[in-house]
Amino acid sequence: MPNFSNYLQRHYEQTPDKVSITLLFGGQPDHPVTFRELIHGASGYVQTYAQNGIQPGDVVLLILQHDINLLYAYYGAVLYGAIPSIMPFLTEKLLPERYRADLAALVSVTQPTAIVTYREFEPEVRAALKPGEDSVRAVIVSDQAEDPTPPDFASFGGLLRKPEDIVLLQHSSGTTGLQKGVALSHQAVINQLNNYGKAIRLTDADVFVSWLPLYHDMGLIACWLMPILMGYPLVLMSPFDWIRAPYRLLHAVSKYKGTLSWLPNFAYNFCAQKIRDRDLEGVDLSSWRAISNCSEPMRWDSHQTFYARFRTLGLRYEALTTCYAMAENVFAVTQGGIHAPVIYEDIDREILQTKKIAQVAQPGQIVVRMLGTGKPIFNTRVRIIDAKGHPLADRHVGEVAVQSDCMLTGYYHRPDATEKSFVDGWYLTGDFGYLVDGELYITGRKKDLIIVGGKNIYPQDLELLAYEVSGVHAGRASAFGVFNEAIGTEDVVMVAEVNMSDPVERQKIADGIRATVTRGSAVALRYVHLVSPPWLVKTSSGKTARSANREKFLKEMQAKGQMY
Amino acid sequence: MTDEITTTLASYIAAEILKQPTRIIKPDEPLLSSGLVDSFHLVDLSLFVENNFGVRIDDAELNASSFDNLNQLTTFIKDHQ
Repeated sequence: MPNFSNYLQRHYEQTPDKVSITLLFGGQPDHPVTFRELIHGASGYVQTYAQNGIQPGDVVLLILQHDINLLYAYYGAVLYGAIPSIMPFLTEKLLPERYRADLAALVSVTQPTAIVTYREFEPEVRAALKPGEDSVRAVIVSDQAEDPTPPDFASFGGLLRKPEDIVLLQHSSGTTGLQKGVALSHQAVINQLNNYGKAIRLTDADVFVSWLPLYHDMGLIACWLMPILMGYPLVLMSPFDWIRAPYRLLHAVSKYKGTLSWLPNFAYNFCAQKIRDRDLEGVDLSSWRAISNCSEPMRWDSHQTFYARFRTLGLRYEALTTCYAMAENVFAVTQGGIHAPVIYEDIDREILQTKKIAQVAQPGQIVVRMLGTGKPIFNTRVRIIDAKGHPLADRHVGEVAVQSDCMLTGYYHRPDATEKSFVDGWYLTGDFGYLVDGELYITGRKKDLIIVGGKNIYPQDLELLAYEVSGVHAGRASAFGVFNEAIGTEDVVMVAEVNMSDPVERQKIADGIRATVTRGSAVALRYVHLVSPPWLVKTSSGKTARSANREKFLKEMQAKGQMY
Repeated sequence: MTDEITTTLASYIAAEILKQPTRIIKPDEPLLSSGLVDSFHLVDLSLFVENNFGVRIDDAELNASSFDNLNQLTTFIKDHQ
């Protein structure tokens, strides 16, 4: 089986002049990069890694902005045989001290030998390190990397990597997420690309267009590794440019005749609601054949909103597709809407909640409209199990378990966490769902995870931050997500018990919680709800019962006639 | 005029972004660096400014380097009027 470097070498030798990736920048000309340029740039980094004493098999953290250096440093690490892992850089929201603490914690678990970063960010990276004590032997600043140079493939360690060797690490965000790096082998990733490529019926006419961040599986696998390794053109913009000017995605599709994109559910609402008419003049979306809704709960309404807004620009309804994915399976588990139209069904809410059975509703019943995520992609099996691990019949809700030829090798340096995730060779996803004739529907989550705009947030990280605020005692705050129909994703809510009744004091605490949580996690709270004790529901072991608190909060809001 | 712009912005941010209509936002209170307003809302804010104050703003003009409080945002709007 070929490894990553074999693919790169083949493109270099067979189609050196083909544009592999076009980088888009707000207010600057587009920057096309051919395979020749890509490999030459990556070869410069191979030399840089060698000069810095990095060994094949070592982990290299990349903390870089959206520019050519990220491309060269990443594929340079691959050709060198090192293990790249892309990390977000610090934004103005997050406290520098918190970023440093997270980075230091990541370094201690992952043991990288080098960090590649950009000039302005170097002091920030160095501030997180302990020279001589931690694993990092080199901080490489991108403007000091060797210039692009023709490759000497025979000398590249990347060509000697075996299929079972780890090729990359992927981290989830936050203090908790950073502790679990998903380690993937060459074989697992290449199997996923082949399986998924077949599931979405890739052809030579395909062009990928993306704004997704590369420290997340959807961006990294579907919109970075898949097009580049498999030789399809990729048009890539920065998530920061997209969030400020979402029309840029549509312009890119129009200009480059884009065919494939992946979006978290909120992006459908965001694009539909926040693009001005004047920014849509001349835009043609008729080339778009599959826009896969993925990485957070997907809504039929979001598809309708998106379609209604852009249909006059040539958008086809069949282009709105669905996908269920996770980093532990490299990426996709299922895909809907390619081989057959996306399915939805109206389920009886009462029966779903009380009997955990997804029964199609009779007329007049209150319904939940479920969008199918599609059927498992090739070489991937899905089953639904009960709490004891026994498989359940169709339409019975249980935990989704996955088996495939593209599973993670393990959580890096965390055999304990890896072991907990598998039962009898099946990976337990922590998501609840049901099957109908092979079609998978996702109904909820087992763990108290909040997903905002496709980003996983661990509520315990936010609660720990709230406890830092004067007036909030440890164990007396609860964070959870509440779905907001208008924006198509979850709002983050923090409920905290406080003793004082003075409104000025309470406002100060509420502001303190907002500021501390945002600056400590880069997560913006939508509601800070202060309550007087005893309000919070606790489990028998004294922990915050988040789902019970969530229900209580919703009831209070409904009673007050506020939203939800 | 300046006061009117600041007041309109303050009530919009309190009601629509913070979901706390009674919340008072001081003219010099940090909005972005404090986490009160995040990047998801910058597009909303620029649409609101365009629709209410008769100015045209290029994409991405409203960001952490162009304003952080109501005073600065008001000045930004007046400069564009």
